[in-house]
Amino acid sequence: MGATAAQIRPPSTRYAGGRAIRRRLGDFLGWGLSALAFVFLGSCMVWILVVVFHRGASALTPLILTHITEGYGGGLLNAIEGTGVLALGSLLLAVPPGLAAGIYLAEFDFGFLAPIIRFLVDVLVGLPSIVIGYFGYVAMVVYFGWGFSVAAGSIALAIILLPYICRTSEMAIRQVPHTLREAAYALGAGDARVSLNIVVPAALPGILTGVLLAFAISVGETAPLLYTAGWSNYLWTGRLTKEPIGYLTYAIWAFITEPFETAHALAYAAALFVTFFVLVISLFSRMLLDRNARWRRES
Amino acid sequence: MKSLPRAPIRLWSALLNFRRLTALLGCLVAGVLLAIVGFLAIYAWPAVRLNGPGFLYKNTWSLGFLYRSPITVHGQTVLRGAHYGILFLIVGTLLSTLIALLIAVPVGVGSAMFLAEGVPPAMQTWFSFFVELLAAIPSVVYGLWGYVVVIPFLGHHVFPFMVKWLGFIPFFGGAAGSGYGLLTSGFVLSLMIVPLIAATLRDALVSQQAELREAAVALGASRFEALRTVLLPATRRVLIGSSILATGRALGETMAVLMVSGNAVNFLPNNIYTTISTMASFIVSQLDSALTDPTGMAVRSLAEVALVLCLISIIVNGLARVLLYYEGRQNARIV
Repeated sequence: MGATAAQIRPPSTRYAGGRAIRRRLGDFLGWGLSALAFVFLGSCMVWILVVVFHRGASALTPLILTHITEGYGGGLLNAIEGTGVLALGSLLLAVPPGLAAGIYLAEFDFGFLAPIIRFLVDVLVGLPSIVIGYFGYVAMVVYFGWGFSVAAGSIALAIILLPYICRTSEMAIRQVPHTLREAAYALGAGDARVSLNIVVPAALPGILTGVLLAFAISVGETAPLLYTAGWSNYLWTGRLTKEPIGYLTYAIWAFITEPFETAHALAYAAALFVTFFVLVISLFSRMLLDRNARWRRES
Repeated sequence: MKSLPRAPIRLWSALLNFRRLTALLGCLVAGVLLAIVGFLAIYAWPAVRLNGPGFLYKNTWSLGFLYRSPITVHGQTVLRGAHYGILFLIVGTLLSTLIALLIAVPVGVGSAMFLAEGVPPAMQTWFSFFVELLAAIPSVVYGLWGYVVVIPFLGHHVFPFMVKWLGFIPFFGGAAGSGYGLLTSGFVLSLMIVPLIAATLRDALVSQQAELREAAVALGASRFEALRTVLLPATRRVLIGSSILATGRALGETMAVLMVSGNAVNFLPNNIYTTISTMASFIVSQLDSALTDPTGMAVRSLAEVALVLCLISIIVNGLARVLLYYEGRQNARIV
């Protein structure tokens, strides 16, 4: 639709004259500036990726994947393991309530409660991650006495993920056509069956995209973990409380400011892992979303 | 309905059906926000009583004499000479956010216009995705990039030139510093918030009615004129809403700012190259030091910083959401 309107040539440009030239110039300048804005963003993006991938690649050794951190050197096995544990733990904690809240906001959005919940959840999305981290420190590490631990770290991360999962699943569920629900209700299915057996499966690609993005966030977050998960040079022994755990983003932050080459190498390698992972997840979830949208258009 | 045989009523299903269960979990998700505010407020309360309103407008953060015996002030045990005032944090946070917005809003609007109208429709999604990837990069990676590359670059090659050629503008002159500081923080922050503005605005531009554009073109406007004079003004509220959302994001950004701001304490900036600290980064950089206070008042005062930051971000985000809801964008992207 846009193209048809765009192909029409504005009549005024047919006449040569000062005004037409000025308008042409304005158009040229406007498009130029907006393209420049995009190029600026794109080149910064490329700059970041080149720095991370180039320096990260030159820091990679097999040792990094097989050894734990020793002082300011060694490997990152403990951090990779910890990132995995914390990310999976936080997803396990955040997906069920987040999805349920999303179902409520999308399916039962009548009455006063849903708008209030939606508003609070939207505000929670914008809450600085360090506030959640400090809350985790004060509440779980100090008050509950868990110490730096997997439990405190996963719960703090889960709080960050909850609103994302909730809102992305709500939006995915809203995309499901009403006729599906009507048909299911007409056949005598109850709320639970309609939601869980009909609507959620139909919205699964969208929900999955949200969960994938949440996964990427949990891998990339630092601030909520600094004072809840702590840092450890050793592999996790399986304790949920009173045992700190390492994670990749800490290695980036802490080791780049150390004056040792080996520490810098660890930081660059960690940055490479985190960025690569986040990019792959973003790309994958975008492809999932795209395919789903195309399928929806064609059917 | 009445003639149908009634299903046997089970107690649990009468009290807790699926709808109520999801409502309850929804309340749990929303209740987390209230729990955070509540817990921080309770924990920070002794500090709030001790520091009073001066916390917000005084400019000293000092733990006091760590090796002398504590005294009692207003019923609170504190160290002698302990003062907690965070004016420098508030100033640093607001100024870095302001600089970030001054860069991000024009760049965001420009790239949204380019993405919505200047790119062939077939490639639009992938171009937008490219910008949105900026939002996916973790904060600490921005910090690494800023620390390793941007600070030396700006500190050696850009800031000295800016002092030389732009020094006549207020706050652009003076000492060029080492690259850490206000302008660097603002620059890195602007890259982190620009995808939010660009993506939201692009969506709003694309979803404008085709009639608007067609009417403008029919009146003789060129494509760009239609975009600038008709479509863009129609999305004004979305721009304001997403900019406020981005403000909230910039106010609370922690890791990147921590790594590029220089973490100045008790120091008000006198030009745009001065090192600063923001509330969010201060919480990270000072907790270790606060833990050395045996009375615990420093940790509670840090909780007060977190509480202030939390309340500011609730106000800012609440405002943005109300604006976006009003514009019918409940489901605006949350990036």
